Amino acid sequence: MSLLGQVALLLWKDVRVEWRARELIYATMLFSAIIVLLFSFSFLGGAPPTVETMSGVLWVAIALSGMLGIGRSFEREREADTLRALLLAPIDRSALYLAKLLSITLLMLLTASVVVPGLLLLFGMKVGPGSAWLYFVTLLLLGIIGFAAVAALFGASLGRARVREVLLPLLVYPLVVPALLAGARGCYGVLYGTAESMTDALRWIKFLLVFDSMAVILGLWLFEPLCAQE
Amino acid sequence: MPTDGGAVSHVTLRGIYKDYGPKRALSDVSLTLEKGQVLALLGENGAGKSTLLGVLALQIRPTRGQLLFDGQDVSELDGLWLRQNLSLLSHEPRCYSDLTARENLVFFARLYGVGGSDAARQSLVSELLARVGLSSAADRPSRTFSRGMVQRLAIARALVHRPGLLLLDEPYTGLDQEGVRLLSSLIAEERARGAIIVVISHDFEPLASLLDTAAVLRRGRLEKTQRYEPGTCSRDQLLSLYTRAAEQRAGRSA
Repeated sequence: MSLLGQVALLLWKDVRVEWRARELIYATMLFSAIIVLLFSFSFLGGAPPTVETMSGVLWVAIALSGMLGIGRSFEREREADTLRALLLAPIDRSALYLAKLLSITLLMLLTASVVVPGLLLLFGMKVGPGSAWLYFVTLLLLGIIGFAAVAALFGASLGRARVREVLLPLLVYPLVVPALLAGARGCYGVLYGTAESMTDALRWIKFLLVFDSMAVILGLWLFEPLCAQE
Repeated sequence: MPTDGGAVSHVTLRGIYKDYGPKRALSDVSLTLEKGQVLALLGENGAGKSTLLGVLALQIRPTRGQLLFDGQDVSELDGLWLRQNLSLLSHEPRCYSDLTARENLVFFARLYGVGGSDAARQSLVSELLARVGLSSAADRPSRTFSRGMVQRLAIARALVHRPGLLLLDEPYTGLDQEGVRLLSSLIAEERARGAIIVVISHDFEPLASLLDTAAVLRRGRLEKTQRYEPGTCSRDQLLSLYTRAAEQRAGRSA
């Protein structure tokens, strides 16, 4: 089976398991909705939130609820020791890493699908004409891929570490700071909507492209030595 | 790349040590396993049996020593080929509880490149489900299974790619009498096919008639290895081997 075939098979399995259980989908979507709702309450009766705030809320909600889902997703693989079964299978370990990266990306995109409408409705967020939406979606996608590339590496490699639930966010958050900052600054540029701020957003898109490439390459390189043997 | 078991003709452990910090889990373990051999690993809890199985399954890297497949060090062999020829049935079922028994087996069959076409794979999986007595529960999520049924599914998963080296850690756990008979006949079939089988079990009764070698591990050290003609070993012989090794050890330390 080709590498792509292996990735597709592993991704199919993750999506199917997730769809059957739905606990992660519901939990992360609900959690992200609560975050947006709580932030929106803090602006009730006061000055309307600025675009900087909206961009910040967007990425805080994605980062927090995404981590909740990622932690649980790897925990499920460990409960029945299925992660070891996958590591023992005759497949390219890169396929395992890429499939996890993609399934985390899908889960975080689902989170974004709750957060963005929440911001549009509760914060009166306006994204502007067609190209602004394109920039906005690209920033979201690239920021999430960068986050997922780091989370997939550490989520799988923490193995049976006793405090892995605590270690995972402690390891992942500091490393994804550049992606979160770039996402937040880029989205701010898009929401601000001037020609100059859009150029700025494009710069952050380029930055994210570089960050994601580096994160994925490092992930592919480090996944096997970190996961292979005790 | 071979996809059928029996592709491994012998496996050799040479002076294997495994340390976890200051604790030595395995100490100078040397052993050769031949094609079609069934080895029973005996020993008290914490003797290092599961660690040894982990080393054979390439999941635990020995601190010192060599693991050879067909005379070649595993570090020089293709990892994919090695993993294609290995199977480990551990304490955990290693199956997805939200997938049905059939989906689990089809997934692992595809992962191991077994069956070729989808139709062939489905038929192979149906046959395997029938062999482990799960045909009627094939389309139920495995989270609805009893402990024994989960163990049967785990056995089917371990056999789906017909491995050359089959490692079984307490395979009789949770099985009823029929399940025990079924597993014993599956082990006999795998042995006849040429697979090398290593079994850890405290259940000597069904194990005795299957094995041709028994090895006693104590505190990480291989204390005694005994060969039998296949089908001639009894539960009492195993028990006596186990206790004799303990007595010899006690005598030495006295």
